[in-house]
Amino acid sequence: MLTLEGLSKTYKTGDAALTEVSLSVPKGQIMGLIGPSGAGKSTLIRCINRLVDPTAGRILLGDVDLVRLGKADLRRQRRRIGMIFQEYALVERLTVMENVLSGRLGYVPFWRSFLRRYPGPDIQRAYQLLDRVGLIDHADKRADALSGGQRQRVGIARALAQDPELLLVDEPTASLDPKTSRQIMRLLTEICAERGLPAIVNIHDVPLAQQFMQRIVGLRAGRVVFDGAPDQLTHDALTAIYGEEDWNAMRQGDDEQSQAEAEARDRMAALAR
Amino acid sequence: MTTQRYPTTWRRPPQILKDRRWRIAIQIGIVVYLFLAIGTVEVNWSRVYDGLERGQRFVMGFLQPDFTSRWRDISQGLVESLTMTLTSTVIGVAISVPIGIGAARNLAPRWVYYVCRAIIAVSRALQEVIIAIFFVAMFGFGPFAGFLTLSFATIGFIAKLVADDIEEIDEAQVEAVRATGASWAQLVNYAVQPQVMPRLIGLSLYRLDINFRESAVIGIVGAGGIGATLNTAIDRYEYDSAGAILLIIIGIVMIAEYSSSYLRKFLQ
Repeated sequence: MLTLEGLSKTYKTGDAALTEVSLSVPKGQIMGLIGPSGAGKSTLIRCINRLVDPTAGRILLGDVDLVRLGKADLRRQRRRIGMIFQEYALVERLTVMENVLSGRLGYVPFWRSFLRRYPGPDIQRAYQLLDRVGLIDHADKRADALSGGQRQRVGIARALAQDPELLLVDEPTASLDPKTSRQIMRLLTEICAERGLPAIVNIHDVPLAQQFMQRIVGLRAGRVVFDGAPDQLTHDALTAIYGEEDWNAMRQGDDEQSQAEAEARDRMAALAR
Repeated sequence: MTTQRYPTTWRRPPQILKDRRWRIAIQIGIVVYLFLAIGTVEVNWSRVYDGLERGQRFVMGFLQPDFTSRWRDISQGLVESLTMTLTSTVIGVAISVPIGIGAARNLAPRWVYYVCRAIIAVSRALQEVIIAIFFVAMFGFGPFAGFLTLSFATIGFIAKLVADDIEEIDEAQVEAVRATGASWAQLVNYAVQPQVMPRLIGLSLYRLDINFRESAVIGIVGAGGIGATLNTAIDRYEYDSAGAILLIIIGIVMIAEYSSSYLRKFLQ
């Protein structure tokens, strides 16, 4: 579905963010992209929909090379790629519905978007998506009136409104608490499975990545240093990606956290009774 | 006790000039210059005394404002001023918005940016009174010159502040809308406009209030409105009518001030 061939990006400052990255993501696969800060995860994702222009290489979505596109063609291709952001990146002062409908901007002429007169099927679909992410009652609220988890759900609905063939997800849980993070990851994986959508997910929470991803790619200093199934992500593999660290202690910490969460849930359930 | 090892006094270290001698020298320099400057101001005390007498008549006029004997002139001037204010604000803001977008570095191509910034610079460099003199010379006495002056001045004010506001918007929201495949116009409408709209409305209301005050000033150089009426009253030594006009101006400015601050609070 998506193929990267020798993708490189060097910023004007001379920093090589990506060096010769080659990858292929088949239909329906959810791929986690892990690596330390500054490894080029964000740059890689942004190269694919050309929010960042790569210096060299090819990006094939289906059989279209995204690197060699003029302005109008680029807009048309961007519709095929939904993106979900860290910190949600919703337009705060617009309503939830306007945010979801903004996923249709690439499909409608300017006057329709300006007058908020979207075609009937688009509106119907927006409602359907809001219902899918559990926010249909919040359609007319302003985006800044929602909580973090709810905002990220709107972000997901906006990306899906594009009818994408590929999802790019940039640190979807970076500003969410552990429980909400898991809910969001579950929702994302469910939705991808429902539609056979491939997704590339930037994620810095390794245990979360192992829990939800089908495949994990590790980046270090702009190069792919690991590519395999989550259970192949051994102590040595993590060291290759991140450098030396006590990985077992980190996993233990995560276990403790989920235990604490489970206990808290039980206590809440007991109180409710 | 271990705390004994730490000092009990602390002074804020000097931030700008590290050298104590420089600091003292500059402070003395400022005081000396101030005294020398005051020394060069020539004051003609007998003229001041004469002026006080005139000022007293002025104040007396203020205390007994005469609204009635020149009411026709006053009301005509007021209507002219208010018309000028409202029309010039609306037209000025309408022209400012595209110029402001063009003058935002993050939205416009380089050459558009420089052209729009140049328009803003010209509008801001020329004070209202100077533009008014120019337009009065071009189009003759009356409110039309005033209307053009205020519209022109509004462009510099609103366009600059809107452009600066656009340059400080949250780029993540813009990036998100761009990623959907939106066109440039859709980007402005969906990602930029919601972020700057409250400020644009607030600034427009503020400008409305400034334009009314300026309409009184530019009237004095012949651009019509209440300023022209005021000028005539002072020329005729009718300080009671002039007092009435000033009171009306103060009243209207206060009303505008209160209602615009109320509206802005409501919009937040």
